[in-house]
Amino acid sequence: MATGIKDKVAIIGMGCSRFGERWDAGSAELMAEAFEEALADAGIERKQIEAGWLGSAIDSINVGNSAIPASTALRLDGIPFSRMENMCATGTEALRGATYAVASGAVDFALAIGAEKLKDTGYGGLPAPFKGNFNDMWMPMGSAPAGFAQLADGYRARYGISREDLKRAISHVSWKSHQNGVHSPKAHFRKAVPMETILNAPMISDPLGLFDCSGVSDGSACAIVTTPEIARALGKKDLVTIKALQLSVSSGRETTMNEWDGSYVQNTRNAAKRAYQEADITNPREQLSLTEVHDCFSITELVTMEDLFLSEDGRAVHDVLDGVYDATGKIPCQIDGGLKCFGHPIGASGLRMAYEVYSQLLGRAGPRQLKSPSIGLTHNLGGVPYQGVAAISILGLS
Amino acid sequence: MSSFGITGYGAYVPRLRIERSLIADAHKWMAPGLKGQAKGSRAFPSWDEDALTMAVEAGRDALTGSDINGMKALFLASTTFPYADLQGSAIVAGALCAPAGLRSIDNGNSQRAGTSALIQALKAGEPALFIASDAPIAKPASAQELSYGAGAVAFTLGSEAVIAKLIGNASVTDTFVDHFRASGTKYDYFWEERWIRDDGYAKIAPAAIKIALADVGIGIEAISHFVMPSLLRGAAEAVAKSIKFTGSVASGLDNGVGYAGTAHAPLMLANILETAKAGEKILLVGFGQGADALIFEVTSAITALPKRRGVSGAVADALETDSYLRMLSFYDGIELEWGMRAEKPAKTQLTEQYRSSNQIEGFVAGQCVACGTVQFPQLQYCVNCQAPRSQFKQVTLADKPAQVLTTTADWLSYPPAPPLYVGFVQFDNGARLLMEMVDIGPEGIKRGQRLRMVFRIKERDRTRCYNRYFWKSTPIAAA
Repeated sequence: MATGIKDKVAIIGMGCSRFGERWDAGSAELMAEAFEEALADAGIERKQIEAGWLGSAIDSINVGNSAIPASTALRLDGIPFSRMENMCATGTEALRGATYAVASGAVDFALAIGAEKLKDTGYGGLPAPFKGNFNDMWMPMGSAPAGFAQLADGYRARYGISREDLKRAISHVSWKSHQNGVHSPKAHFRKAVPMETILNAPMISDPLGLFDCSGVSDGSACAIVTTPEIARALGKKDLVTIKALQLSVSSGRETTMNEWDGSYVQNTRNAAKRAYQEADITNPREQLSLTEVHDCFSITELVTMEDLFLSEDGRAVHDVLDGVYDATGKIPCQIDGGLKCFGHPIGASGLRMAYEVYSQLLGRAGPRQLKSPSIGLTHNLGGVPYQGVAAISILGLS
Repeated sequence: MSSFGITGYGAYVPRLRIERSLIADAHKWMAPGLKGQAKGSRAFPSWDEDALTMAVEAGRDALTGSDINGMKALFLASTTFPYADLQGSAIVAGALCAPAGLRSIDNGNSQRAGTSALIQALKAGEPALFIASDAPIAKPASAQELSYGAGAVAFTLGSEAVIAKLIGNASVTDTFVDHFRASGTKYDYFWEERWIRDDGYAKIAPAAIKIALADVGIGIEAISHFVMPSLLRGAAEAVAKSIKFTGSVASGLDNGVGYAGTAHAPLMLANILETAKAGEKILLVGFGQGADALIFEVTSAITALPKRRGVSGAVADALETDSYLRMLSFYDGIELEWGMRAEKPAKTQLTEQYRSSNQIEGFVAGQCVACGTVQFPQLQYCVNCQAPRSQFKQVTLADKPAQVLTTTADWLSYPPAPPLYVGFVQFDNGARLLMEMVDIGPEGIKRGQRLRMVFRIKERDRTRCYNRYFWKSTPIAAA
């Protein structure tokens, strides 16, 4: 009988590069920046790392395919190193690979590193993803915001919310994240943005305006994992362990059948249920200290609050506007500014979220430090709300 | 007399229209004289429409109440086929779910191709679908830019419930070069209009008409409707006068359509059939390197013809547009900066296209017999109950009622006609998929809007000049 991953693996070192328009750095430099911080934090030597996972989603921009770009960039000689790609869940997937390797007893120390260099495209955005030869025959060529705008339309219809009321709530999501980002030295955007600017920004994909979309940036983040026993033997006192790592991937029901009403993300709900079970969380609203969720678009964060069972169905609009997820609220969301302020270098994002939760749990978050957090959740949503990958990790003090 | 003839008609005109005055205004700095011709509106194809997509729409309309499975042949006439070597009628047959045993034939290279192919199809005497579809392109600031339009027409031909019989015909061949367009070039080259009218239409058309009337053994007074398209205003009236025709000269469909190339003569015929009465005789003339003259007699079966969109319905289903540059851009009359997003590769894997043609061409969904779920695309197992695909019943979604579930106007991605309207289309039969929504007016589109499916270009590969076709959705115009 499977017992889950809870407390079988500890994170002993994490690193995160500065995110942003890193004209100065290629993916090798970004990976080194995150790796050096993680290695120093872990207090182990490079040669102790026995296996690695590279998360990189769009190989055609900069990083290249396979894990070789990481093993050469970090000069990790001859160890098993794999590349993981699972859309926006890629970073969390890299952590999952490293975690499972340690939990299985195959290795003592494993590395997860994510990197993406989106600012080598030549324009402000992501290249159109390749959907596979067959899907290219029929699937429309909409952008990512167009995919998430469907969620806004479906959500509004289900709960009878006016376009203006929903726009106010999702604008609050972005406003709050920009407030938080001011205190994140590694974030891409570090300026508070007035509500009026957010509300009146140019339309990208109705109702999502410019400030409803996360930034596009370069970055890398890294984790070194081992067993709790080895971590303690290394002298680690406050131990952050992995409480849950769950994934859910679409089978086509939402896009092909007439069940889904467009107001929620089934994958997030599936992954959340399993993650809470794995982590022995029975009341997430009371037990979670913070969340770092996939705010690729403001509407995604709002709906995710319901999909994580933090807001009642249909109540997220009110909870958001009431400040439940603000820095001073009951369950702060994106205390570091989220994708909104860090941008979304895809392969790095999941690990960047874990880095923030890890830093908060260890009391290292500086001016944005929350008061004694004990358990945090990260959430990624790859693809689109109706056809994609949801990844959830729960990290806690052990 | 043979009982074979036209058993039904259908038409399509692109929804997009532009006032000719907008075109003339854009050129007034260098061609102020265009203003005099700039009356009414003309149709122009959207970026994702061509002679083949229009042909499919006209064919579908003509097949109202009849079945393509009984057809032996598909004739398609056009002078704007997208390919020099890749049969257009075969692509149209695929979209119409035509039976594999159908003979597909392309006819082109002349403004007379439409009437000549119609004669061929009628003389062949076997159940067939005849389609003519054209979207001629004119050089900016030419007279043709104002007079040209776009449209398609289709006739079902058979021996049951014939609504119009071909009772006589004649053709003359005469290499009168009023204009030409060399292979691989974009625009027509025209000679002087007065010469074309006086030495061309006025002399060549009557010669064919005379023989056709003699063929039937009737005089011109027996004809109720004279149908002759012409690029030149007044040419049809001049010919009518020279042959002493005193009846009704058919409308040139100037307003709302414009001259639809080789499709124009049969399109005007379909327009006349909408209101023609049993026993009336129609004289149809096609002009180009000579002339075809066809004499039809309308039968009483015309009153029992099931209702269809027809020419008047297609003309009425209009979406007025306000930008001449948009029209130019749609046929590459102007090169715009679309940004790097437009650089995305558009190559079609021909192997994949062929493998999936059974679903893609005719928009064919699978209905799981085990659980009843209708699903597109069809993968190896039922999306609901995982039963194998081998037992799916094949159901085309092309004609199934549907509506908008969710939608957005996407300004970020690159479509040649921004914004891209995209969203979930919910079919009444339970099928659902993400689709493009096209021909949307400034008011946008909302949840619950009823939709119909249209065959369009999904992707244009400009590097290899290859179009990939698929189905899109479009709002059903308010009745």
